[in-house]
Amino acid sequence: MSNGRERILQRAVKEIEDGMCVNLGIGMPTLIADMIPDEVDVMLQSENGLLGIGNYPHADHVDPDLINAGKETVTTKTGASFFDSAESFAMIRGGHIDLAILGGMEVSETGDLANWMIPGKMVKGMGGAMDLVQGAKRIVVIMDHVNKHGESKVKKSCTLPLTGEAVVHCLITEMAVFHFTDHGMELVELQEGVTMEELKVATEADFIVKSSSLNV
Amino acid sequence: MSKVISSLAEAVLKVRDGASIVVGGFGLCGIPEKLIMQLKEQGTTDLTIYSNNCGVDEWGLGLLLENKQIKKMVASYVGENKVFEQQFLSGELEVELCPQGTLAERLRAGGAGIPAFYTATGVGTEVAQGKEHKEFNGKKYIMEEGIVADFAFVKAWKADPFGNLVFRKTARNFNPIVATAGKITIVEVEELVGAGELDPDEIHTAGVYVQHVYAGQNYEKRIERLTTSKEA
Repeated sequence: MSNGRERILQRAVKEIEDGMCVNLGIGMPTLIADMIPDEVDVMLQSENGLLGIGNYPHADHVDPDLINAGKETVTTKTGASFFDSAESFAMIRGGHIDLAILGGMEVSETGDLANWMIPGKMVKGMGGAMDLVQGAKRIVVIMDHVNKHGESKVKKSCTLPLTGEAVVHCLITEMAVFHFTDHGMELVELQEGVTMEELKVATEADFIVKSSSLNV
Repeated sequence: MSKVISSLAEAVLKVRDGASIVVGGFGLCGIPEKLIMQLKEQGTTDLTIYSNNCGVDEWGLGLLLENKQIKKMVASYVGENKVFEQQFLSGELEVELCPQGTLAERLRAGGAGIPAFYTATGVGTEVAQGKEHKEFNGKKYIMEEGIVADFAFVKAWKADPFGNLVFRKTARNFNPIVATAGKITIVEVEELVGAGELDPDEIHTAGVYVQHVYAGQNYEKRIERLTTSKEA
């Protein structure tokens, strides 16, 4: 895993608090599951109908009837429950999931998120992402700060089709952590070794800096 | 009167060209594999299919795609299928992408006699285009319509002759709501038990929604992403 990714994941896991019900998106967010400290007891939700995802199974205990939303074989943890897809999304839309950590393609300074399609390329579909961003109590997006061409993914406004409008509460990249408030997008942390100048160059969006809360 | 049928051929024969079918399953987990195979064999075309996914190449609903039997697909995620991509890009296949929770609720609503409902899911996105918007307590919602299809294809773990169903683990997924949203619901199960053998408290889907029950054999239950751990 690259340094940047590792840094994003290490920071993201701190968003998870003891006692939470959490949905981890497919891809990079799924990797957070293994990093949650033993003393932090959480129920991970999988939108295909499981609250309480356990570890990946030992090869002898693989069950095709037990998968996560990424279609990976999993196990259940003590206290887990199964339910149908309508109830799963009732749980999500009804505000019963404390936190969703999702991947992103672009985030705007007003907290818009684009993470489900790139026009002109194959459309895979939004899956449960549009429901999650509207329903979970807190939305944390984790993504690389710039794309492979070096262009900022933290935008004034998203250029890709949206997953949701003004839905992001917190954005974590390998460079910084931002919160989205009534006053705008606010820098709350610079990642270790990143300077304000570097961050400004790599960020298209306008953001507020409250030096009092910033650990520079 | 028992709802048990000894072969799928007769029940599936009622599915005519142009029919709409809601199909249970998430990825390849809990899909009605025998019903899909039977429909493939029958060759019925111009189908409108509502299902969370569209199988993979050479398995699940991917078999019907490959056989060019699907006219329109309504799904939330279709990223696992090359045939799908080809048919979509060439314009052969009509596609409606529907957020997963909205799809689930549309099926639940349809089966419960509710023609439409409001949800915040999709507000401000392409999904909201052309849909009625309404504000409740200062928040915007869009109207989504319930789904009722000509047929429902369901996979359950166990059934009794009354059509009462029990599902297993995450193979439950869309199956119970799909069962409610078909005018004719055909269920395939791994195990058929006798009358009275299911505890009424354990039943996930009441037999009222089910017209036909078939006991399948030798389920393949293919795994899409085998992920294991040395510890566990």
